[in-house]
Amino acid sequence: MLVNGKDFSSRASKAPADAGLQQQVSNLKTGFVAARARAVAALPEYEAMRDAGAAIKDHTLANLDFYLERFERAVVDRGGHVHWAADAEEACRIVREICTRTGARTVTKGKSMVSEEIGLNEALEADGLDVVETDAGEYIVQLAKEAPSHIVMPTVHKTTNEISDLFFEHHRRHGFSERVTDAAELIAQVRSVMREKYFSADIGITGANFLVAETGSNIIVTNEGNGDLTCTLARVHIVTAGIEKVVPTLNDASVLLRLLARSALGIETTSYTTLSTGPRRPGDADGPEEYHVVLVDNGRTKMLSGAFRPMLRCIRCGACMNHCPVYLAVGGHTYASVYPGPMGAVLTPMIARHEAANELPHACTLNGRCQQVCPVKIPLPDLLRRLRHEQWEDGFIKGRSRWGLGVWSWLATRPALYRVATRLGVQVLRWLGRSRGRIGHLPLAGEWTAGRDLPAPQGTTFHAAWAKRKRQP
Amino acid sequence: MTKIDDAPSTTGGRPRVGLFVTCLVDLFRPGVGFAAVKLLEDAGCSVEVPEAQVCCGQPAYNSGDQGAARRIAKQVIEAFQGFDYVVGPSGSCMATVRKEYPAMFDGDVTWHARAVALAERSYELMSFLTDVMGMSAVTASFHGTATYHDSCSGLRTLGIKAQPRTLLATVEGLTLTELQDAETCCGFGGTFCVKYPEVSVRMVSDKVANIEMTAADTVLGGDLGCLMNIAGRLKRLGKPVRVYHAAEVLAGMAGPAGIGDPEKG
Repeated sequence: MLVNGKDFSSRASKAPADAGLQQQVSNLKTGFVAARARAVAALPEYEAMRDAGAAIKDHTLANLDFYLERFERAVVDRGGHVHWAADAEEACRIVREICTRTGARTVTKGKSMVSEEIGLNEALEADGLDVVETDAGEYIVQLAKEAPSHIVMPTVHKTTNEISDLFFEHHRRHGFSERVTDAAELIAQVRSVMREKYFSADIGITGANFLVAETGSNIIVTNEGNGDLTCTLARVHIVTAGIEKVVPTLNDASVLLRLLARSALGIETTSYTTLSTGPRRPGDADGPEEYHVVLVDNGRTKMLSGAFRPMLRCIRCGACMNHCPVYLAVGGHTYASVYPGPMGAVLTPMIARHEAANELPHACTLNGRCQQVCPVKIPLPDLLRRLRHEQWEDGFIKGRSRWGLGVWSWLATRPALYRVATRLGVQVLRWLGRSRGRIGHLPLAGEWTAGRDLPAPQGTTFHAAWAKRKRQP
Repeated sequence: MTKIDDAPSTTGGRPRVGLFVTCLVDLFRPGVGFAAVKLLEDAGCSVEVPEAQVCCGQPAYNSGDQGAARRIAKQVIEAFQGFDYVVGPSGSCMATVRKEYPAMFDGDVTWHARAVALAERSYELMSFLTDVMGMSAVTASFHGTATYHDSCSGLRTLGIKAQPRTLLATVEGLTLTELQDAETCCGFGGTFCVKYPEVSVRMVSDKVANIEMTAADTVLGGDLGCLMNIAGRLKRLGKPVRVYHAAEVLAGMAGPAGIGDPEKG
């Protein structure tokens, strides 16, 4: 798992001043939020569909072993292979072995968050394989040697000019010697470069939006059609998927597909919905010679048995981050995880028990907007609060947060003492605010007064004033 | 459900209301507490303020210290035993009492029942006045144009949206104008505002920009935390916009000094 930084706070403190980032992220704030709202408003049965989506996922998760085994049987019946990977390392090893055995040199990849999670590109490149991302956004971050900053729109942090520079630098060897800035021309370059890659690829790797137990199918959605070409043209097709991606039937998948497109981009359906079910059969016009599915656990079984199970309902639509005011203030890279925003703040610490990830549950105001827009009703604020509780119990929360709260809680359960202490505190603050009504700088509260004044207390405390009023009716 | 000893018992036709004075109201803006008392009395309630209350426990609960949160919650549950209703001028604190208290005592049969009993008769002030007491108008005047910031917990946990607007629409001289992104967090978030000051200031700056776009001279809201955050940023930027808790305006008790303003001048 790519949790490549240790210090969320210091990155978060710099992000609001990054004008380029703010401009890019503001597109999410306006464009996609409005598009989703329109798509939801146009569908009277949307709420019922959310309930149905959550119920489908809950039922599947409660019987996950059954559906995974059914899925495996269906894949094997159609001539495919299923591999089980307990963690990232094992998942990478399985893919590498397939590549080695089949003598592969070049790999095309459809967009797959789980492959980012397990660090698959690095593992394959270490074996000397030429790996190219075929989703335009993923391709751009690959050229820039960056990680995606959003799970649906990997390059939301990049400006057109930056992309233009990247293509100018990297596409000369493909015969593009002129700098272009027009979006359509940039896309045309990607298509042209990619065409060579599709036809020369030995292996095509895709992710899975859904795995269907009934048929053994893998479903991916794209808006570029790159997924179809990735899984059809190479000799070998490998699917990497988290174990929670399985759903019982095609009908169930259709409910979730409708929720996914609306929540992610505010559209009714994606341009391409691709089902791949096993290798090429005798007489088929195309398709891979070998078909493999690598089912990745990597911490998911652990989540399945506890209070975090609802997190496994997630269908990776990104609506929570598009609506999260913190994500929109800091951008995806601040989280330093392949899963940013609210869903990432829960998922990342569960998958990568890593010191850096443990700050993520605190980077949230618990405003609840993520839960409000989640198509499968994941109680994200409750899960974040639960992570904080676990950290508190583990003694991970230290320093000022811990003792400050300790003092407050101790006082809060001693009302008489609390009244005396707070009356004194209020008097001091009132004196500091003097005639201005506000305090511009307050020792020990520099974090508040760095960008805000502190309104001064009105006078005495309510309880003192109330007691006085009772004495003099 | 089994009837438990501290269930409501209305006497004399006037509901006995225990006022939950939030810690921020107690310390920074006691006027909001007195405005709440007036509104509740106008609605026909008899109001008392139990002395053994301090805080709802939300700071501890949201920071992960559930042990402390439970101790504080027990104190609140005992302090408000025997009241017909418990009402507080904050969507955030009352959401904690209504939604989180029962969750806190999951697995503890006695305290869970008591927490549920308290939760069921606890209300945020404006929803209590309208939804429970059927109040639809106030007799107060306030001259100006105001915009309303919807606080997150009240909005999403308790469904408070129309209630304050219904009442504010009857304030003489007051014009209400809607705020763009009224439902977006202002960046206060309890301890969030001091843990991530730059991010919090970024968020409140967006809120302030939207407030300025309305050209309103006043901002109203139902939660003192958000209001102190918004007022603090407005004052730092030298903006002349006044900030009040909606209860102060509804009770006709919004003095010349808004939150963060000097009392004379």
